[in-house]
Amino acid sequence: MEELINVVDWSRAQFALTAIYHWLFVPLTLGLGIIVAVMETIYYKTKSEKWLATTKFWMTIFGVNFAIGVATGIILEFEFGTNWSNYSWFVGDIFGAPLAVEGILAFFMESTFIAVMFFGWKKVSPKFHLAATWLTAIGASLSALWILVANAWMQYPTGCEFNPATMRNEMTSFAAVALSPMAISKFFHTVLSAWALGGVFVCGVCGWMMLKKRNYEHCQRSLKVGAWVGVIGIVLTMITGDTSAVTVAKYQPMKLAAMEGLYKGDHGQSIVAFGILNPSKQAFDEQDPYLFDISIPYGLSFLATHDFNAFVPGVEDIINGVSCDNEGNEINTVSYAERMERGRQLKEMLSQYNAAINSGNTLMQDSLKSVINADFKNFGYAYLDKPEEAIPNIPLTFYTFHFMVTVGGYLMLFLLLALLFAYKPEILNKAKWAKWWYILAIITIPLTYLCSASGWIVAEVGRQPWTIQDLMPNKVAISDLSAGYVQVTFWIFAVVFTALLIADIGIICKQISKKSQTNLDTVND
Amino acid sequence: MSEQPDHNKQGFWSRVFHLYYDGFRSMTVGKTLWLIIGIKLFIFFVIIKMIFFPNFLSSKCDTEQEKTEYVRHQLVDR
Repeated sequence: MEELINVVDWSRAQFALTAIYHWLFVPLTLGLGIIVAVMETIYYKTKSEKWLATTKFWMTIFGVNFAIGVATGIILEFEFGTNWSNYSWFVGDIFGAPLAVEGILAFFMESTFIAVMFFGWKKVSPKFHLAATWLTAIGASLSALWILVANAWMQYPTGCEFNPATMRNEMTSFAAVALSPMAISKFFHTVLSAWALGGVFVCGVCGWMMLKKRNYEHCQRSLKVGAWVGVIGIVLTMITGDTSAVTVAKYQPMKLAAMEGLYKGDHGQSIVAFGILNPSKQAFDEQDPYLFDISIPYGLSFLATHDFNAFVPGVEDIINGVSCDNEGNEINTVSYAERMERGRQLKEMLSQYNAAINSGNTLMQDSLKSVINADFKNFGYAYLDKPEEAIPNIPLTFYTFHFMVTVGGYLMLFLLLALLFAYKPEILNKAKWAKWWYILAIITIPLTYLCSASGWIVAEVGRQPWTIQDLMPNKVAISDLSAGYVQVTFWIFAVVFTALLIADIGIICKQISKKSQTNLDTVND
Repeated sequence: MSEQPDHNKQGFWSRVFHLYYDGFRSMTVGKTLWLIIGIKLFIFFVIIKMIFFPNFLSSKCDTEQEKTEYVRHQLVDR
C-alpha cells in the first residue's frame, strides 16, 4: 500500500510539474495572439507603418513563445498512457473525442495560419494576412477549448454511460460533454485570464523599455492595445470566476468548502477575505479552523448561490450528507459512508457481471448493467478506506484560492491604471514616481503567472482524491508501476522543461533587448 | 535588398511551397527556434516516449479483450 501511495504521489507530482510548465507557455500564446491580431487590425485600417512595426515586434515575441511551448502538452498524453493506464482505459472515447478534435481541427488550423502570419507579409494580400493572424489566435483558443472540455469532464463527468463489458465509459451525448456548465465556465475563465496575462505582459515589457527610455511612442501604442485587452480580460475573468464558483458549489461542493477552509457550513455563510488556517485542525475535531480571519458576512452564500441567506455546506456537512437544494435550503442527502457502501455493492456487481460474461448469461448482464449505471455516481467511493479520505488538501486549496483572488483584484487595479496612463501619458511624464510604476509593471508579469498557476492548483488539488469526480480516485487510476520508475521520469522532465523555460525567457529577453535598441516606429526588415 | 521572384503568377501549390521555402530561408531568430523545436521533438518522441513512456496496457496485453480483462481485474480486485 505504501508503495502504491508513493506511485500515486510521484505520478501526481510529475503531472503537476509538466502541466504547470506547459501552462507557462499557453496563456501568453492565447493573450498575445489576440493582442497581435488587434494591432494588425489597426494597421490594416490605418495603413500606418508605425502600427506595422509595433505589430511585427509583438509578433516576434509571440512566435518565440509559440515555438518553445509547442508540443509541451503532448507529454501529458504520454503520462496518461503510461502512468494512468487504468484511467485512460476507463475514460475511453470521452477523453479521446475532444482531444482528437483538438488535434485535427484546432492545432492544424493554428499551425497552418501561423506560417502565413510569419512568412506571408509579402506573399499574400494584407486582408488575407490579417485573417491568418486572427485565425491563428482563434485556433489557439479552440485548442484550449477541447483540452478544457476534456478536463471539465473529469471534474463533472456527464454525457456518458459505463459499459461493464468493455470497462469503459461511452459517450452518449457529445453536446452534453462539450457544453457542460463546467466546460463552459472553465473555458471562458481560463482563456479570458490569458487575455489579462497577455495585457500585463505587454505593460511589463513596455515598462522595461520606458525605464530604459527606449521607443516611447511604440510603447504608448502597445500599451493602448495591451491595457485594453488586459482590462477586458480581467473584468470578464472576474465575471466568469463568479460563474465558476456557482458551478463548483453545485457540482463540487467539497472543493468549495476546501477553498474556504469551511468545516461546518451555515445559512448566510461568511467568506474569508483574509485568513490564516489552524494547521492542526482536522475534520470533526472541535478546534477553530482559523488562527486569524477577516470575513465578509453572507459573502460565501452569495458567491456560491447568488442568495445571501442560502446554506453552504462545509467539509463535515458534505461527509455527513448535508447539502443545499436549488432554493438554498439545507437538506439531507446521502452520507459518504453510505456512498462507500453503495460503491462497494457496485464493485461486487461488477464482479458478478464478469461471472455472467463467463457463463454467457446475457439476461443477467443486461440487468446488472442497468443497475450499475443507475447508481454509478457512487462507484469511486468503493475505493475509499474512510470518508475523510475524500477531503482534499485544504491548506493548499485555501491559500492558492485566496492568492488568486487577491492578485486578481490587484490586476484589475493595475490594468485600469495602465489604461489610464496609456491615454493620459502626461500623468506619468510629470510624475517623480514614474520609475516605480515601470518597475511595478515588470514585477506584475511573474505575479500574474503565479496567479494563473494558482487557479489551476485550486481546480486540480481542490478535487482530490478524484481523477474523475466521484467515479475514480487516483489510487485506482494509476498504473501498476514502481515509484522509482516514475521518479526517474519526473527528474528528466524537470531538467528538460527547465531548459525550455530558460531558452524561452532567454530568447524573449534577448529579442526585446535587441529590438528595443532599433527604431520601432519604422519597419526594419 | 535582393529581387524577389513573383510567385503570384504561379499555381496554388507552387505559391504554398515558396511561402514556406522563402520563409524558412529568410529566417533569423527562427533558425534558432527551429533548432530548439527539433531537439525538443527528438527528446520528446524518440528518447522520452520510446524509452520511458510505452503504452502501459499495450505492453501488458495484446488484444482489446485482454486490456478489458486487465482493467476489470484492477478495478474489481484492488
